[in-house]
Amino acid sequence: MTSATLTSGATLGSQRVSEDVRYHEDAIRLFVIAAVFWGVIGFLAGTFIALQLAFPALNLGLEWTSFGRLRPVHTSAVIFAFGGNVLFATSLYSVQRTCRQHLFGGEGLAKFIFWNYNVFIVLAALSYVLGFTQGKEYAEPEWILDLYLTVTWVLYAVQFIGTVMTRRESHIYVANWFFMAFILTVAILHIGNNVNVPVSLFGMKSYTFVSGVQSAMVQWWYGHNAVGFFLTAGFLGIMYYFVPKRAERPVYSYRLSIVHFWTLIFLYIWAGPHHLHYTSLPDWAQTLGMTFSVMLWMPSWGGMINGIMTLSGAWDKLRTDPVLRFLVTSVAFYGMSTFEGPLMSVKPVNALSHYTDWTVGHVHSGALGWVAFISFGAIYYLVPVLWKRSQLYSLRLVSYHFWTATIGIVLYITAMWVSGIMQGLMWRAYDNLGFLQYSFVETVAAMHPFYVIRAMGGVLFVTGALIMVYNLWRTAKGDVRIEKPYVTTPHKATVGAA
Amino acid sequence: MAQDKKGFSHDLIERNTLLLIVLVLITVSIGGLVQIVPLFTIESTIEKVEGVRPYSPLELAGQNIYLREGCYNCHSQQIRPFRDEVERYGHYSLAAESMYDHPFQWGSKRTGPDLARVGGKYSNAWQVAHLVNPRAVVPESIMPTYGWMKDRPLSYGDIADHLKTLKIVGVPYTDEQIANAKADLEAQKNPDGDTAGLMKRYPKAVVANFTGEKNVTEMDALVAYLQVLGTMVDFTKYQSKQLQQ
Repeated sequence: MTSATLTSGATLGSQRVSEDVRYHEDAIRLFVIAAVFWGVIGFLAGTFIALQLAFPALNLGLEWTSFGRLRPVHTSAVIFAFGGNVLFATSLYSVQRTCRQHLFGGEGLAKFIFWNYNVFIVLAALSYVLGFTQGKEYAEPEWILDLYLTVTWVLYAVQFIGTVMTRRESHIYVANWFFMAFILTVAILHIGNNVNVPVSLFGMKSYTFVSGVQSAMVQWWYGHNAVGFFLTAGFLGIMYYFVPKRAERPVYSYRLSIVHFWTLIFLYIWAGPHHLHYTSLPDWAQTLGMTFSVMLWMPSWGGMINGIMTLSGAWDKLRTDPVLRFLVTSVAFYGMSTFEGPLMSVKPVNALSHYTDWTVGHVHSGALGWVAFISFGAIYYLVPVLWKRSQLYSLRLVSYHFWTATIGIVLYITAMWVSGIMQGLMWRAYDNLGFLQYSFVETVAAMHPFYVIRAMGGVLFVTGALIMVYNLWRTAKGDVRIEKPYVTTPHKATVGAA
Repeated sequence: MAQDKKGFSHDLIERNTLLLIVLVLITVSIGGLVQIVPLFTIESTIEKVEGVRPYSPLELAGQNIYLREGCYNCHSQQIRPFRDEVERYGHYSLAAESMYDHPFQWGSKRTGPDLARVGGKYSNAWQVAHLVNPRAVVPESIMPTYGWMKDRPLSYGDIADHLKTLKIVGVPYTDEQIANAKADLEAQKNPDGDTAGLMKRYPKAVVANFTGEKNVTEMDALVAYLQVLGTMVDFTKYQSKQLQQ
């Protein structure tokens, strides 16, 4: 908030002080708690299924605990439960501040959305374990749950857009452009990808309206843009609010924000077919998908530059503020995985990488490095504010979390690079008599050590998250850890140094 | 931002929520429309080949178990036109071969091998033994065990409703096929019975008591599905030019 002594009563728009706005924060606190809870559950589920791939006995021989049923539990828990609650919390928090307006529909609507969304998550997870699924990745919930989610999402759109429309600022802040594009596009994708005909009105089973090649295209139009709009545009909204806030610097370039926004949302939608290279999808569609995926590199890096360069003049804070370190490292990971993505969408590269663990590693450098890290940064920022504490319980613990999680990610993605590229090469290897050199199962056996390393990366990532839970719990209680503070003034030049 | 310039300014969009919404909706719609709509209108998208038929009732029930267990998380059903894939798995996949799959089962990951043409590659007994305990037949396998499925009775009282629903979404099941759905499902499990009607309605269906169980079990259905995968098109009848999209 601008200080009350500054231009009070003046009509300078963003400078004016609003004494009369009481921001709604009860529901935001709930969303933050749910995000942390689901984060831990989702990371644990991921680590467990990673161990199943290394040690298949962990499937336990039960129908409810097999990899095939648990993998959607993991993906839904991290993307929709953890990521979703983070997005609700951060978007509904920042939209009030950037619009200088409390939530449209009030605390009641926000809590209604909270309970509906989280009940949806629980029902979806239960349904996968019990064997109800549409059989489409990242869109597994059956038709009745899809309808339920649609209603919840519309309410969210009403609350968010309503708040923007009743704003007391003249301009809509850039973070809100991204949040709005995320909300609207996810609605279109969700509805477009879930046109199903149920077998009976009293059963869960349904069949998709489209089939075969068209269903593949629709699914990856959805699937890729679940990444593009849920995990990218939404989280860029977080970047555009929380990075400048935490760094206490303005966004690096206003002009770049505009270019970043429109090019990103225009290009992303076209990239879906790169999931279908060399398949029965007609070549023209594959070529379009590849071309736009490569072009997408530019807005992605434009956004990364805008995020990282926001630290201009405040680089020293990376040393003294581990929360900011989470936020900035996340943007760096964003840059890395949005370089790797276009690379993998080039057809000859994709010929090697597709169907292998390279893809899994790529997804996780984005999901762990970008999505989870920016979420951690935002949560560490939010908890002291929402619980009215002057500071976090411990910045040192944030730093331990940071390093534990970072080492976990490095183990994860390097293991997947090696196992993915190795497997891709083994599949296409010929011996000197012109026969395929390896049977399929030999390539499976070769991946075992990397599956173990990947699972260890997962264990480290979970450990980091548990450190965070402890830190946040003590922060909410109002405790402050006695620890050596980070140096907040620049180091004096040592004698003899230039 | 001070706006002295004449003409278009982004400032206008930043002040007008509805304008922003409309422009976002237009911007994000173009790519999807261009890529999806022509797949329904360009006739050569699905190759004209003979032999691809709707799944028999037992195969369909098997496909639904394949979905339920999330097999697609680890197995693709899509052979790419590369030398090594064609040698390992067989002829590259055609769009026509999955045109009755609601939804498609191409998958995105091969933790296990591709299954697009697994039909007929292994015996029924091998498939059952492998599902019960994959490591009994492939020691290095990391696949979960599905022994519980072997004697669990298949629930198929509503199988005709499944065929009817698929007819609504475009699978050309005939009235005769729908009327005989339940009988055909049971007939496919009974090699000693009269299978003439079944084989006429569903050529190349594999008839067997797959599991040896008395009831029709879930594993019977799953193996019947696996055994038909990729077997419907006779590729000796076609030159590669005829298969172009």
